[in-house]
Amino acid sequence: MATKTQTFSDQPAVTGLSNQEILRYSRHLIMPEVGMEGQLKLKNAKVLLIGTGGLGAPLGLYLAAAGVGKLGLVDFDVVDFTNLQRQVTFGTGDVGKPKSEAARARLSSLNPDIEIHSFETQLNSGNALDLFRGFDIIVDGTDNFPTRYLVNDACILLGKPNVYGSIFRFEGQVTLFGMPDGPCYRCLYPEPPPPGLVPSCAEGGVLGVLPGIVGSIQAMETIKLILGSGDSLVGRLLLFDALGMKFRELKLRKNPDCPMCGQNRTIHQLIDYYEFCGVRGEEAPASNVEVPEITPRELKARLDRGDDLYILDVREPHEYQICNLRGHLLPLGELPRRVHELDSSREIVAHCRSGKRSAEAVDFLRKAGFRKIHNLKGGILAWSDEVDPSVPKY
Amino acid sequence: MAVKVIIPTPLRVYAAKNDSADISAQTVGEALGKLTVQFGDLRRHLFTDDGKLRSFVNVYLNDEDIRYMAKEATPVKDGDVVSIVPSIAGGGAASLETARA
Repeated sequence: MATKTQTFSDQPAVTGLSNQEILRYSRHLIMPEVGMEGQLKLKNAKVLLIGTGGLGAPLGLYLAAAGVGKLGLVDFDVVDFTNLQRQVTFGTGDVGKPKSEAARARLSSLNPDIEIHSFETQLNSGNALDLFRGFDIIVDGTDNFPTRYLVNDACILLGKPNVYGSIFRFEGQVTLFGMPDGPCYRCLYPEPPPPGLVPSCAEGGVLGVLPGIVGSIQAMETIKLILGSGDSLVGRLLLFDALGMKFRELKLRKNPDCPMCGQNRTIHQLIDYYEFCGVRGEEAPASNVEVPEITPRELKARLDRGDDLYILDVREPHEYQICNLRGHLLPLGELPRRVHELDSSREIVAHCRSGKRSAEAVDFLRKAGFRKIHNLKGGILAWSDEVDPSVPKY
Repeated sequence: MAVKVIIPTPLRVYAAKNDSADISAQTVGEALGKLTVQFGDLRRHLFTDDGKLRSFVNVYLNDEDIRYMAKEATPVKDGDVVSIVPSIAGGGAASLETARA
């Protein structure tokens, strides 16, 4: 059963719609499942979107269009060209603008009758509770583990529903956490994966339509929650496989030993989520691996001089097709079993897109006995910036 | 007992790009063990060095979480589906590369 959300007592509930609004919401009003009563519930609802990216785009558009009276948009990021493939709130002219503000402008033009607040800030343990207090429902459309645990814990501490969605390449997960007697994110995943075991950047990427589908399901669950109708996803984890075009459903149980929502709760306040997820200090490329480096300019100078260098490209074949430095392609994942293809007597420069994977490759090869080997600092991205801007960045 | 093990997107790269594998086993643990024999690279993603299932990898027998059954000792029957459901965090706002940073 879906639970009805509560409106705040410090603001009088809106009890009517203008003629203009009646026209705008006409297709809701003529449905008995929504009607005037439901539309007023929507108008009195306060929903906070964490992230205005891929999931946040359909969420913001549909919730604003549906007439959710107060929308909050939290994002600290700036729109860039790579966002436009899936973050359909933004247009080409928004590139360079703060996402929360660009999204606010777009949603306001879609529906000027609703209140939209943009928060250009990174959600953290210091501001989450204050931000969440002003809203009834929190929708998690973030892109990283620390923020997901933070959103979960803040929702549990405040007793607010958390409409959860996440995606990876062409697969999505959706459910509803933080409902009375329902499970929380920690019931599903007590711990995040260690950073080193998360599939590497080579497997990153996402099919542009996928966040549209998963975010739309989150929007639907949010609206049902506000209306108090239908069967919600509480206790059910919806899995979506876009390639197989299959939806599956798994049972999600409340863990009686959950440190956050169990009988013997051990977490009573927000913690340091970056530390919890083990990602503190991971910013530097392979910070735990010290390998000899060569800068793009040094490499260019040496190649121009005619030095005999073997360029080893450890990216994936589909990345090689985007752009390459005419190096020898040997994906990082295949390196251990294809190491014999390399000649350790030659001087090798390994590179990837950003320098992370190739640092791992250099570290591996050094341990395998290779001595004359360097990592191209900053990878193809830096090569494009410092040596040859005709090489596209991706 | 013949069961189907469903391999999730993030782990397919370690399983020769297969989305599932048909395995003969008596328990969920045995099915996963055989899966990692078939695909050696999967092992460190599913099990710790001392052979325990990793805490961020959830395993379901049909639609039920094995943590609420007999865990890895949960018996399977013909036609059962074992699903590996790892945590994913993407929101389409950034690549995994930045998500890791």
